[in-house]
Amino acid sequence: MSDQLIPIYVMGKRYDVPEGLTIMTAMEWIGYKFIRGCGCRGGFCGACGTAYRLAGDYKLRFGLACQALVQPNMHLTQIPFYPNPKTPYNIEDIKDPVETLLTLFPEIKKCVGCGACAKACPEGLRPIDYIAAALRGDWKTAAELSFDCLMCGLCASRCTGELVPHNIALFIRRYYSKYVRPMPANLLARTKEIRDGKFDNGVKKLANMSEEQLKKLYDQRDFEKI
Amino acid sequence: MSGYPASMQESIKKLNETRDFRLKQEIPRLPFAEREKLLHAHHPDYRASANAEVHLGPNKGQKLTLKLVQLLEAKSRLDPDKVDLNKIDYDVDVLVIGGGGGGVAAALLAQENGAKVMLTTKLRVGDSNTIMAEGGIAAATKEIDSPERHFMDTLGGGRFKNKRDVISALVHDAPLIVEWLKGLGCMFDTHPNGDLVVSFAGGHQRKRVHSCKDLSGMEFMRVLRDEMYNRQIPTLEFSPAIELLMDDQGNCSGAILLNMETKQYYVVRAKAVILATGGIGRLHPNDFATTNHYGATADGLVIAYRAGANLLNMEAIQYHPTGAMWPHQMLGQLITEACRGNGAQLVNKNGERYINELETRDTVSSANLREVQERGNGIITPMGTQGVWLDTPLINIRGDAGKLDRMFAGIVRRFGEYGIDVRKEPILIFPTQHYQNGGVEIDPYAQTCIPGLYAAGEVSGGVQGINRLGGNSLLDIFVFGRRSGTRAAEFAKKRKVGKLTLKHVTEYNHQLEQLGISNDVESPLLLPNYMREDIKQVTLK
Repeated sequence: MSDQLIPIYVMGKRYDVPEGLTIMTAMEWIGYKFIRGCGCRGGFCGACGTAYRLAGDYKLRFGLACQALVQPNMHLTQIPFYPNPKTPYNIEDIKDPVETLLTLFPEIKKCVGCGACAKACPEGLRPIDYIAAALRGDWKTAAELSFDCLMCGLCASRCTGELVPHNIALFIRRYYSKYVRPMPANLLARTKEIRDGKFDNGVKKLANMSEEQLKKLYDQRDFEKI
Repeated sequence: MSGYPASMQESIKKLNETRDFRLKQEIPRLPFAEREKLLHAHHPDYRASANAEVHLGPNKGQKLTLKLVQLLEAKSRLDPDKVDLNKIDYDVDVLVIGGGGGGVAAALLAQENGAKVMLTTKLRVGDSNTIMAEGGIAAATKEIDSPERHFMDTLGGGRFKNKRDVISALVHDAPLIVEWLKGLGCMFDTHPNGDLVVSFAGGHQRKRVHSCKDLSGMEFMRVLRDEMYNRQIPTLEFSPAIELLMDDQGNCSGAILLNMETKQYYVVRAKAVILATGGIGRLHPNDFATTNHYGATADGLVIAYRAGANLLNMEAIQYHPTGAMWPHQMLGQLITEACRGNGAQLVNKNGERYINELETRDTVSSANLREVQERGNGIITPMGTQGVWLDTPLINIRGDAGKLDRMFAGIVRRFGEYGIDVRKEPILIFPTQHYQNGGVEIDPYAQTCIPGLYAAGEVSGGVQGINRLGGNSLLDIFVFGRRSGTRAAEFAKKRKVGKLTLKHVTEYNHQLEQLGISNDVESPLLLPNYMREDIKQVTLK
């Protein structure tokens, strides 16, 4: 944070704030106490999606208030919520993923490939690309391209086809992770052993030892190599 | 151009020069007794100002972390005389308070077990420390690993203060939880043969942390939240519980919620209540920066305490060894332990290592504090703050050229925005408040000492002892979230709610008056206040 003050416009009102603050810390410096529009404060949760323009530039820009720094003559508003209801489905019962996708999200066919979603994503993701992959039935690519999504909803706020890309992506990742990548054999073997009670006596024995005995064993552990 | 000023580049040069040597250097782990010495000398819990005695309630006479005591000795923000308990707004079998991983897991299991469930939360569903957890979830799933080994590591990590019956449950359920999450469609990191990738975390003798890149908690949270919406469990957002309700038989029987946007209160009657409100980070224990989300203000501890629940190990706070120290805008933000688990080393201003990076968090944090505060080996930033290096380029050197981008894309991106390429340059770090080790005491079924009240996740105490291992908290929330949901649903089937009362709040306030304690604070706090000081002075109510 510097001593230099710069003008910013929060929902049209001018405030002079120190350079070097994020939009979120600048708004708190001004005197805002957030109820909405503030979550993890670390760029993980998507609570603080923000739209802004810079003076003399028509371009609409997007960022997370907890990550984006204030800039001189920035005009901004937070978009802490966008109406994106979702249709329930049963993950245990998906026979035909293409049919399910089109039933749950019929609007997916309205994607015209305009790319407004990609311009809005504060994480630099390209929903246009993962939606295209989904339409091709390429679940792996769609899942991988969308993985870093924070579900802030900014893509949905800009979509000309009125899609909710992040909900579509979540369905695809869940389908892909559950059905395309099967349960690993070593995990199934271990959970069977657990259910059979294989380790119960061993753990019980440890739990009944004296602290002294346990400390001795603790110092004698053998470590797997990194 | 690098995001580091020239003054810091000098030390980076030394770090580069010593890298070949460090790659071959073995630093043995400290014996338990040596670790204790280091902690007593340098861990913030042992500072004289860290803890204070609490003068009333179940833990009366004990020392607890200072910032919590201030809230426990504050008046309730609710005036019980102004609440009409005859007008019930919501009537349910199980009320879940808290919308992080623990709460949502609890709600799913309570519903599966036949209960009419409602979940209420202070911010949005998912706004929680769960969503910020990067590294992953610990479980002994490999053949060379076992629940016994996991038990031993967790107990020693917690400095033998964990409740042994509770960690027996933790390590037992761990592989089952991974199976459950996988079955719900969580996108775990996977080897080409389909096996799940596991990494080291400090204090574990085996690689057992299962990750979803560096967004593990986010992935679990968004999948579970989606599942909760699929199952149409009713949720209330921006409506924290501000007091618990009891009935005239001494059972926990619901809660008073506050709609933070309209300020209206709601009366919820419930046959069982699950507390999953998370931790204390935003109170900034010992004035450290924190990795925690905005809502981590210890609300659940306060309301459970007033209702008569005892706290365990609430003098023990976890400081994560690697919080970001530069750029200043990222101060205190988490740099996942998985970086060290995948080979990143800690290095001082002279390019030297000083601790085995895979010691437990309390140990590594204490070593970092010693390096900076006692030995003067910190790197000074233009802000006047100090830190030590986390040598992230080692992750690619020891793995492969694409490993950072593949497993730590979030870190690469976030630092990239500030001109720092973590593939080529180290990260400046310093300990940051991360976790509340203790909390409301629970048994292996997540039951508290109050009938009808369950607790799961960070708000609970007993699981982690006085120091938690990496990977054990995503595990904790799901193990005890699920167990609490199952138990609460069973309990709800058997009981009838008596006459609702807030007598415990009235009596608590009365006791404060009798003790002459008045600290101008109302609790639960609900949200921290980060307005600048001179503005706070000139705002009107």
